[in-house]
Amino acid sequence: MFLGSLLEGLQKTFAIFLANYPALLRGLTVTIYLTIITSIGGIILGTLLALGKIYGNKFISGIVTVFIGLIQGTPLLVQLFVIYYGLPAYGIRLTPITAALISFTINSGAYQAEYLRGSIQSVSSGQLKAALSLGMTRWQGIFYVILPQALRRVIPSWTNEFIYLLKYTSLAYIITAQELMGEARIIASRNYEFFKTYLLVAFIYLLLVLLFTRFFRRIERRFTIPGFEFKR
Amino acid sequence: MSKHLLRVENIYKSFGDNDVLRGISFHLDKGETKVIVGPSGTGKSTILSLINMLVPPDKGHIYLEDIDITRTRDVHKIRQNIGFVFQDFGLFNHLTAKGNVMIGLTKVKKMGKKEAEEIAMEELRRVGLENFADQYPAQLSGGQKQRVGIARALAMRPKLILFDEPTSALDPELTGEVLNVMRKLATEGMTMLIVTHEMGFARTVADELIFMEDGVILEQGLPEKLFTNPEHPRTREFLFKLTDLYNEGER
Ligand SMILES: Nc1ncnc2c1ncn2[C@@H]1O[C@H](COP(=O)(O)OP(=O)(O)O)[C@@H](O)[C@H]1O
Ligand SMILES: [Mg+2]
Repeated sequence: MFLGSLLEGLQKTFAIFLANYPALLRGLTVTIYLTIITSIGGIILGTLLALGKIYGNKFISGIVTVFIGLIQGTPLLVQLFVIYYGLPAYGIRLTPITAALISFTINSGAYQAEYLRGSIQSVSSGQLKAALSLGMTRWQGIFYVILPQALRRVIPSWTNEFIYLLKYTSLAYIITAQELMGEARIIASRNYEFFKTYLLVAFIYLLLVLLFTRFFRRIERRFTIPGFEFKR
Repeated sequence: MSKHLLRVENIYKSFGDNDVLRGISFHLDKGETKVIVGPSGTGKSTILSLINMLVPPDKGHIYLEDIDITRTRDVHKIRQNIGFVFQDFGLFNHLTAKGNVMIGLTKVKKMGKKEAEEIAMEELRRVGLENFADQYPAQLSGGQKQRVGIARALAMRPKLILFDEPTSALDPELTGEVLNVMRKLATEGMTMLIVTHEMGFARTVADELIFMEDGVILEQGLPEKLFTNPEHPRTREFLFKLTDLYNEGER
């Protein structure tokens, strides 16, 4: 009896998938696009922020600290709204996707900056001294010696960050970005199968998370070098 | 104006109210090996840092071939001429032995990869590590790490190499392989300024011994003289204690 209705439910859920897969795939593509671009943007922004905070003068370091505090101290959704609904007041009108890209990049950058800062500071100061003694400038030492080591150490954190972004980008539907969650809402509002439709979407997210987690573990293993084993 | 490769003239240096160096003067000629000895906390490392321009002196001058390196603005250029071998090796942990030796050539001297690789292999061979070129620091023993550190310094073709207690972090059975490399360099005419507690090495290899205490040079001269007939009773006391402590034969 119970098993029968469960099977029936699964069948219906699958039917929803079949009926809507072009839209779901479209949403999925947007979700993955948002995640990849913002995680890479976040790495770059995070690196710049971390460098500014550690090696910048008092002024730069102060600005970065305030900026990171501001981003980490406010909800992601509020940041998204400020950029999408707030900026038009100053004549800056963004598409939902662009607004999502910008706010997720900024948010992720602030968090990644803190991971990276910890990892830069865990590289011993003797390394920079050794770089200088070869005749490198301070910035050469930072780029050729400190960063390559610090970046390796934060790879596990970045894997986590990527997975977070994969899930957090679902917030973008609120500003009408048509990513996976956005498409699901449209589908559900048409077929009224809210439970099954969102269950289907949850399953797709889960699958994505598992796939990407495996993918990153493989990458980590490939890039492991002695002395930089990945610790979680 | 002078024939000395390195001239240290009347250097003073304080950290806060800690007067670490109080009027240090000595010089080094091309091809010479001088060893600085003295109790710890005396300012030996500070002198090397000053010569490597990592800290500025409060007073005094240091000349490298008549360039006053305490007044120069080309710090990075001049540092290329001064090798530095660290007590804790200071190898770049993300690079192989060969990568460690190459990076100064490719990034500082802007040398092509192939040429840099050739020089790196040549220097690794010189320290007996040609078979360890592709190993990472974490895969090397302390003695091997330090020999890579020496190869890395050598590859830059420095006019002078500074050693700060290069064997102090090593297990006793590993100091020999490092000292042997340094001994070979001395006979090949490399100019070296070495801080070490290895008295056997100092006695046999140094052209001159510099005994420092409390921020001044108490005595400098031929090692044989300082060991057998020192002017200063403190010199005798210290050298004897160290020699005793390390139970020196040649290692
Ligand atoms: N960067 C620094 N800041 C403050 N004090 C220092 C610094 N470097 C060295 N000192 C002090 O200078 C003194 C001499 O140190 P050092 O040159 O390392 O001695 P040694 O190498 O002979 O053992 C010590 O008292 C040490 O604490
Ligand atoms: Mg010292």
